[in-house]
Amino acid sequence: MHSLFLYVCLYLCFLMALSLYRGLAGPTVVDRLIGVNAIGSKTVVLLVLIGLLYERVDMFVDIALAYAMLNFIAVLGASRYFQKRKGLYEEPPYK
Amino acid sequence: MILNGIVIVLMFCGLVFFTGGGIGILRFPDFYTRLHPAGKLDTLGSLLMMTSAAIFNLHDLTLSNALTSVKIMLIVVFIFLSSPTATHAIMDAGVRAGLEPWEKASLGGRDDLAT
Repeated sequence: MHSLFLYVCLYLCFLMALSLYRGLAGPTVVDRLIGVNAIGSKTVVLLVLIGLLYERVDMFVDIALAYAMLNFIAVLGASRYFQKRKGLYEEPPYK
Repeated sequence: MILNGIVIVLMFCGLVFFTGGGIGILRFPDFYTRLHPAGKLDTLGSLLMMTSAAIFNLHDLTLSNALTSVKIMLIVVFIFLSSPTATHAIMDAGVRAGLEPWEKASLGGRDDLAT
């Protein structure tokens, strides 16, 4: 089971790299916010799986809960900040 | 063991939903359509994978392990409250900034699928 958890963790890291492309190359700022939010929601699951790998789930569950709250507050604050057309124009594509 | 079977099936279902969310975020043409996989599929994938982790944690049934599993399910409850709220906040920012929704070229919109 431990090797299964390890490969699931690696696949989650691959999916986070896919979301990171949207975070880097998104045409507007809100697209970047979507990518960052997706990476955060995958990181919570990844932290619990790392806790299962190290057999210290009771410790890693607290870290995952704190990370979920941090991700939620960060996305809310950023979207409130960018509401007033700050930087919401079409940017040139990422090279 | 039947418990390991349940864990594996739930984990692979969660990975399928996460994969759909990742591909949808990459491939959809518009900011509003990209929020659809980002908001829904990540929430359901988190539910399935956290449930499988909580079931695997119950292998030796003690009180502390049961409490840890309850805590994992409480994280799922928090994600179910926070993820739609965050998605709605991002969409609200886009609407108030005046971003135009994408339309097909045959319906009179500018068809920029390339970006």
